[in-house]
Amino acid sequence: MSSPPEHTSMLTVEDLQVSVGDHLVAVRDVTFSIARGESVGLVGESGSGKTLTCRAVLGLLPETGQIDRGSILLGSGDADLPAVELTGARRSTWNQLRGTRIAAVFQDPASYLNPSLTVGHQVDEVLRIRGGLARRVARERTLELLHEVGLHDAELVYHRYPFELSGGMLQRVIIAIAISLNPELLIADEATTALDTVVQAEILELLRRLRRTHQLSLLLVTHDLAVVAETCDRILVMYGGEIVESGPTEQVLGDPQHPYTQALMGVASIGDWSRRTLDTIPGQPPAAGEEMPGCRFAPRCRYAAPECVAGPIPLLTVDRDRSSRCVRVAVPA
Amino acid sequence: MTVHNRGPLLKVSDLSVSYAKPRKGTHLGTGAALHGATLEIRRGEIVGIVGETGSGKTTLARATVGLVAPATGTIEFEGRDLGALRGRELREFRRQGQVQLVFQDPLRSLDPDLTINRLVAEPLDIAGGLSSREKAARIDEALREVGLEPESIRGRRPRQLSGGQRQRVSLARAIVTRPALLFCDEPVSALDVSNRNLVLNLLDRLRKDLDLAVVVIAHDLSSLAGIADRVAVFYRSRLVEQGPTKDVLERPAHPYTALLTASAPSVARHHALRPTDVRLDADPADQRATWTAEGGCVFAARCRFAHDACRVQPELVTLDHHPAREAACYVAGQWEAQPQKESA
Repeated sequence: MSSPPEHTSMLTVEDLQVSVGDHLVAVRDVTFSIARGESVGLVGESGSGKTLTCRAVLGLLPETGQIDRGSILLGSGDADLPAVELTGARRSTWNQLRGTRIAAVFQDPASYLNPSLTVGHQVDEVLRIRGGLARRVARERTLELLHEVGLHDAELVYHRYPFELSGGMLQRVIIAIAISLNPELLIADEATTALDTVVQAEILELLRRLRRTHQLSLLLVTHDLAVVAETCDRILVMYGGEIVESGPTEQVLGDPQHPYTQALMGVASIGDWSRRTLDTIPGQPPAAGEEMPGCRFAPRCRYAAPECVAGPIPLLTVDRDRSSRCVRVAVPA
Repeated sequence: MTVHNRGPLLKVSDLSVSYAKPRKGTHLGTGAALHGATLEIRRGEIVGIVGETGSGKTTLARATVGLVAPATGTIEFEGRDLGALRGRELREFRRQGQVQLVFQDPLRSLDPDLTINRLVAEPLDIAGGLSSREKAARIDEALREVGLEPESIRGRRPRQLSGGQRQRVSLARAIVTRPALLFCDEPVSALDVSNRNLVLNLLDRLRKDLDLAVVVIAHDLSSLAGIADRVAVFYRSRLVEQGPTKDVLERPAHPYTALLTASAPSVARHHALRPTDVRLDADPADQRATWTAEGGCVFAARCRFAHDACRVQPELVTLDHHPAREAACYVAGQWEAQPQKESA
């Protein structure tokens, strides 16, 4: 699962700041990039700013939300993948980009499908209207897509209405729609959270396969470290609206640097059935937009020291490709 | 543990529930939501129930509290057959609140207009028989037991609390009648990881403090591993395996349990089994897919080890050399050694 050698960046987010409501800064100083065919996990609890970050990338911020600062660049700049600045993009630009270059899958598949149309019709529709395919060609392609996402009895599924399919099957249909126009970036926001364990594993398997076969760049947004463990090359951990740690998956999970990541590891599913204690993280995360001096995790951190709250803490480089927003990085233990 | 020298608190025998009217000629109709479930729960014990959506987990909970009537089988609570209770006896039993349900999403199960005080008081009002001073004392006791400060929380409404606090209010509401059995239906699925373990640890403490029997329906095996003494695994309305948590999860006897443990996400893999080792990918041409509908094993369509015998649903039987474990599979615990049949 190593990153591809040429590091052509498909998405470059720099110094992103998003505020909601009455100028409450909910996401700040967010910088990351995703290479072609790379899979990046964005991990955080509810209120950490992970969903707002990915909504900003999708141009789907809630009405009260706005991008205060920063840049979101889609594409590598190569001839076939021209770079487009997404902040401040017009509606017409978005309409061109969505589906063809950037696509998304969310938690509750049933609410993204029209209950009164067959699922085949709904995949067809995208291919005909956005893809410009003729009716018959679109139908053929729909069947191919349904088969590709693991719905083996594609003919049968084609004529089904959403209510006739299980959650896992619906999520596969949504994924078929998402990849139908060959986007370069797929964002999956808690796409497996509501599914049963077995189905969740199958959907993750599907995403890994599509990523390989389609050279897809994948941004997997989840609250569960265990979900990204086997699917992502790199992890970004968010807390209180900031990225607090980033690095290659194995390194971050094997040797977490930030105390919050360490705490998350303690509460994550470790797949060890003999464990008889369940750790907790004391305290509550800060409310969105809450102004705090210095480290936002300090009130819950067992290593908190006066310098933690003396002033803003930057994301510090730990190692090549690794960084942590913690003063302890500077003083090796 | 002293639990062994007491009889079971809850004894479910051969319980079947159907939501559709049985038609002539069909055994239970097409809507069988639970099929011949047999299990026991003792005081002070936490039993985890796992299974996918529609496997009968919630139906078991609903039948136990009397929300749905069983089609066959019995439910005994402290030796009393609940199915035989009628009229005043049944109302009396329900009012006492000996069995309480806790739901997944406290935002939806708690009335948003009521204060925490009213919410926790409600079950006591229904049970009746307490003076207002006694009631107030019981409410405070219940709130403290779940780790909430009565003075600061009494006057608030569900919206003003965090997800974890709300779920603790649901628990306070459930234990205020001093029940003997708590049925928690996905109590932590709607919570963040850090609150999840907080609530699970709380359940663990409640069973110790109050000698409660707790049934936890969950789909996260890892959290169950941390607190449940035993687990029962359901698949398509059937109880397919049960036994001590660690044994069942580390050495699953039923292929479905094996698939579950192999599919569970984890930050570090402690088990070598992968989903593809036990799963048969859906193939419409495979005849085994039709066996279930014809009375065969419920897992036949997805089982790598399904063979001719599986055309008849296996009964739940005690495993050889494991008196505390049961599984409904002809190759229970030995499937690893079985030759894998290719698609027919």
